[in-house]
Amino acid sequence: MSKAMPAVHELQESLAGPRAVINGGKPIRLESGAMLGPVTVAYQTWGELNADRSNVVLVCHALTGDQYAVGTHPITGKPGWWESMIGPGKSIDTDRFFVICPNCLGGCMGTTGPAATNPETGEPYGTAFPVITIRDMVQAQAMLLDTLGIDKVMCVIGGSMGAMQVLDWAACFPKRVVSAVAIAGAARHSAQNIAFHEVGRQAIMADPDWCNGFYFREGKRPESGLSVARMAAHITYLSEPALWRKFGRALQDRYTKSYGFDADFQVESYLRYQGASFVQRFDANAYLYITRAMDYFDLEADFDGDLANAFRNTQTRFLLLSFTSDWLFPTSESKEVVRAMNRAAANVSFVEVESDKGHDAFLLDEPDMFATVGGFVDSVAREQEAGR
Amino acid sequence: MSLLSGSRGRFVLGHNEYGLRPDLALVASMVEPGTRLLDVGCGDGALLEYLVKVKGCDGRGMEISQAGVNACVARGLSVVQGDADRHLVDYPDDSFDYVILSQTLQAVRSPREVLLQMLRLADTTIVSFLNYGHWAARWSMVTRGRMPHTRALSTPWFETPNIHPCTVKDFMDLTRILKLGVGRAYGLAKEREVTTIAHGFEGQANLFAEQAVFELLRPEQPKGKKRRPA
Repeated sequence: MSKAMPAVHELQESLAGPRAVINGGKPIRLESGAMLGPVTVAYQTWGELNADRSNVVLVCHALTGDQYAVGTHPITGKPGWWESMIGPGKSIDTDRFFVICPNCLGGCMGTTGPAATNPETGEPYGTAFPVITIRDMVQAQAMLLDTLGIDKVMCVIGGSMGAMQVLDWAACFPKRVVSAVAIAGAARHSAQNIAFHEVGRQAIMADPDWCNGFYFREGKRPESGLSVARMAAHITYLSEPALWRKFGRALQDRYTKSYGFDADFQVESYLRYQGASFVQRFDANAYLYITRAMDYFDLEADFDGDLANAFRNTQTRFLLLSFTSDWLFPTSESKEVVRAMNRAAANVSFVEVESDKGHDAFLLDEPDMFATVGGFVDSVAREQEAGR
Repeated sequence: MSLLSGSRGRFVLGHNEYGLRPDLALVASMVEPGTRLLDVGCGDGALLEYLVKVKGCDGRGMEISQAGVNACVARGLSVVQGDADRHLVDYPDDSFDYVILSQTLQAVRSPREVLLQMLRLADTTIVSFLNYGHWAARWSMVTRGRMPHTRALSTPWFETPNIHPCTVKDFMDLTRILKLGVGRAYGLAKEREVTTIAHGFEGQANLFAEQAVFELLRPEQPKGKKRRPA
């Protein structure tokens, strides 16, 4: 891979798009008690904010996502990760709604994270960055909306880690959230998922180029470690049927086995490509911090051991979706949340979408998902208009 | 809904101004406005939407098909994908004032368990079902020697979702076995003709009703007593 690439922390300074310094430039108190600041949040918007600011849709991205949900990505040159969901006439209709997608706290696309400059040292934070949580990400998003003069969101929506943020938004700011859509998510990270994340983190930390998190001082990047982390994680986003359909046991660019450790199989070649392209756009430390935030997420524990407490007396309308072949965030996790919402008498709808594409299905072309989300968001908007 | 009264417990259902199917309009007429309810097997949400938007109920739905849930969600209803056999256990005791099961009882795996679950969630349930005791069904079976094929029962045996067909009398037997209270009960024929099923006179309804709608109450509860909405 090209060593001429600028380091991610240099690259992110040059990224296009609006940024806001939140909390008036004052440090924010994190869930751990640590102070962090000033905090900048980079974000993207689509559509027009209406006069009474009632048409806001907040999109929360997943672990390795970013604010470029729509439009050409400034680094990869590829289409946005949720082009299929957001746009004129789509499920989240930018002709009607003002859609905002911030880069999460701890991210590496312009929002304050381990690759950002530490004002105390003048160099990137690295592992001097404090450990953050999903709640801290949500707090930063809420402060961004404060900064932009937006009180209520008509809908907060996200998949995977984004769904965790959605649930936390609804639990922490019930009066600011008219409706919430959590796709392929969970109210807490499972032991298996923590285990997978630990494998990824250990791969990064075992890379000598990681340099205890201060690789930028040496002009290095732990590319092989981050790449292995990505490869391992990527398997968990797919399903055996999806892998089989895509690759089977087909060989890559050869007719016979090499009897060596080249990428003989297409699936190996694919994973190597996934790993290699990921390191071009993602900061290894950011990967450590964001996976940690997901591991710490446990909404049930935060609400005295009863998840229903997170949703008592809420007026928010909820939609939860899961996918049949998702084994990373399986349907049982979504159903746990639905049951808790039922105990709290919350307004919840739930669908398990038939798909063999695994966890990644929420990013892919799933017409049933688009229909369900589109119908839900439209009904919330119409209800809101009728109530005005 | 308007009930055009006739004589001796007979009515003709008026046209529902929201286009609700007559059997659903009959069910809707048995629900107190402003109550909390769960519609099990709510289909495309026509009844649930009527109860929520017209009768001001706080309604939830459960539906097995994705298409049904999508239709409900698009109507602004809160509906969870699930089936009566497996997912009623997810709700706490006394979650609702009513649980409604329209045209679904005969399609569930364990009708008896489903009825008991419903009465755990609410002290009143409203159940509607097709009556296989209707004279035309009997005539069809006797003359053809095959499963009934009538106007009301037109799906062939290998395609009907009704794996537990029953008659009005069969249903009454089950309510006795389970010691359930029976509130209001109606027979429905020719789409709109309603007959009150009087206690001890089920035989007539069993012969002339194509569909039946029953209000069932918890065993311990005196007949007809209804908990008021909070």
